[in-house]
Amino acid sequence: MSSSLADEKAATRQVPDRLRNPLQRFLASWELLLLGVAVAVFVLNSFASPYFLDPWNLSDATFNFTEKALIAFAMALLIISGEIDLSVASIIALASTAMGFAVQLGAETPLLIMIGLGVGLLCGAFNGALVTGLGLPSIVVTIGTMSLFRGISYIVLGDQAYTGYPSDFAFFGQGYVWWVISFEFLLFAVMAILFAILLHKTNFGRAVYVVGNNPVGALISGIRVPRVKFALFLLTGLMSGVAAICLTSRLGATRPSIAFGWELEVVTMVVLGGVNILGGSGTIPGVVIAAFVMGMVTFGFGLLNVPGIVMSIFIGLLLIGVIALPRLAGRLLAARRG
Amino acid sequence: MKLFKSLLAATAVAAVCIAGPAQAETKRIALVVKALGIGFFEAAAKGAEEAAKELGDVEIIYTGPTDTTAEGQIEVINALIAQKVDAIAVSANDQDALVPALKKAMQRGITVVSWDSGVAPEGRQLHLNPSSNALIGNMIIKLAADHLPDGGDVAVLSASATATNQNTWIEEMNKVKGNYPGINVVATVYGDDLADKSYREAQGLMQSYPDLKAIIAPTSVGIVAAAQAVSDAEKAGQVNVTGLGLPSEMAGHIESGASKSFAIWNPIDLGYSATMLAYSLAAGNAEAKPGAEIPMGRMGALTLNENNEGAMADPFVYDSSNIDDFKDIF
Repeated sequence: MSSSLADEKAATRQVPDRLRNPLQRFLASWELLLLGVAVAVFVLNSFASPYFLDPWNLSDATFNFTEKALIAFAMALLIISGEIDLSVASIIALASTAMGFAVQLGAETPLLIMIGLGVGLLCGAFNGALVTGLGLPSIVVTIGTMSLFRGISYIVLGDQAYTGYPSDFAFFGQGYVWWVISFEFLLFAVMAILFAILLHKTNFGRAVYVVGNNPVGALISGIRVPRVKFALFLLTGLMSGVAAICLTSRLGATRPSIAFGWELEVVTMVVLGGVNILGGSGTIPGVVIAAFVMGMVTFGFGLLNVPGIVMSIFIGLLLIGVIALPRLAGRLLAARRG
Repeated sequence: MKLFKSLLAATAVAAVCIAGPAQAETKRIALVVKALGIGFFEAAAKGAEEAAKELGDVEIIYTGPTDTTAEGQIEVINALIAQKVDAIAVSANDQDALVPALKKAMQRGITVVSWDSGVAPEGRQLHLNPSSNALIGNMIIKLAADHLPDGGDVAVLSASATATNQNTWIEEMNKVKGNYPGINVVATVYGDDLADKSYREAQGLMQSYPDLKAIIAPTSVGIVAAAQAVSDAEKAGQVNVTGLGLPSEMAGHIESGASKSFAIWNPIDLGYSATMLAYSLAAGNAEAKPGAEIPMGRMGALTLNENNEGAMADPFVYDSSNIDDFKDIF
């Protein structure tokens, strides 16, 4: 996150004399390990519960992660660039409250969408301006705005709830596009592809990696670092707005506690997906697989009626395990070679 | 340790599932609470288990999210729908947000009832209220009258002057006070549900009415503050504090004699009744419609009003004989 860390990394980085071919790289990659975990979870679930392998049940299960994953895509880019946004769940609360307020004034669905996206963008811009404009650390800024945004929702709503969303608004969180494919799942798939292209196939994506690996170097090579970071905060805010629309539509009601605690689940998803929390590396396919793993683990445990507390412990262990395993394996290999 | 047990339980459940689903005859009733780890709901689960034992062919799934959010409850409900449970009895974190998920459950043939904290009518078949305003209004004055065979002056210490619940209860109390001859309600004061203000108002009552025999506080904040004021004035035994309170907070004052008895709903009865109702509906023994009377075992029968809501019973009375059993629960 700070330039000194990135410099340290740069100093110890080894440049191989020959790049391995794509297949070899894939075989040694994080994504393959995760894919293995995903398959294992899927198989275990199928054996553990007779209800798991049912198209409608699996379709219901996707709602456990689609909204969080939408934010996780943008968060992945932000973390790769060396920043973080912990206010995403509070942006959902504020955007949802704004939409609920508009409903009370008689707003229709198209306007609600614009309000949801607009509030997301504004919150993202606010975070981005504080971080890039004033040079404040993003973790501090967004812990502050995390309380600020949700606080506004609490002041507006107190213990009340906004309801009465128009009936066509329900499509975004409750509608199905084709058979068991929900609108949310389709949106998740489309966004996964768009974000993968953005990060892996565009100049902007390369710039994100460079900024995260070596901000000073990036600046010297002519990348407008603050502008890249500001754009990423905007994007994260926007995706939080999208998630707010989906979640509000799914619930049909807004309370200030909406999406409480989601910021940590989103960050967990990103880190589990193989994104380096210090910035500089990570992929969108990794995050997609991590979303599936987390969704299937929570749903599988739900089918077995495992208490949520045990579920969070398991997700925590999974995170530590998946991160520690490659390190341990690397050490073992190094020791053997040594 | 508890966690270890849960982990073990999870493994055991997994093992059972691999071995094959349980007999088809067993009715699986899910008791979904606002959040796990809350004493009140753990007690309700105890009541549900009691009902299951009485019914014989019932398996209780006690579950809920880790924190009191609607999203967490929806995830839990989706998992229950997937398991094709027979009934869901839910104390809702949000009366509106759960409606889509519960509607889906009903579409797939699952019985849905709400209890304690209700769901909007379109999202459930019936709602079980712990008590009714009329029953509460009657109970609070009865509690005072029970210990005043010769009558006397009593005063009411309420929450704020605009508190809907308390105003309704006091109104109901005034309707029936003719049934308690000799009991004079001399004043109603407002402590705004603030401990210090309620304490001062209770002190004021004792100074203004030296013959005061009882203070009725239909608020859990007020009753504790009033009992403290009576203790501090060394008038325990002279002035009886009663009303609605929580056993955990009132245990000390029952012991000191500042309060002889008070009332609140009994979570065990609530969990028991919710399970009985869910069972009756799921087994097809009863239908939830306005005016219906649905049996709930030892708690009698629930009569539904036009919104398919019903009141379980009088608030449960706590005194020195049973306070120790409940003070650790809630």
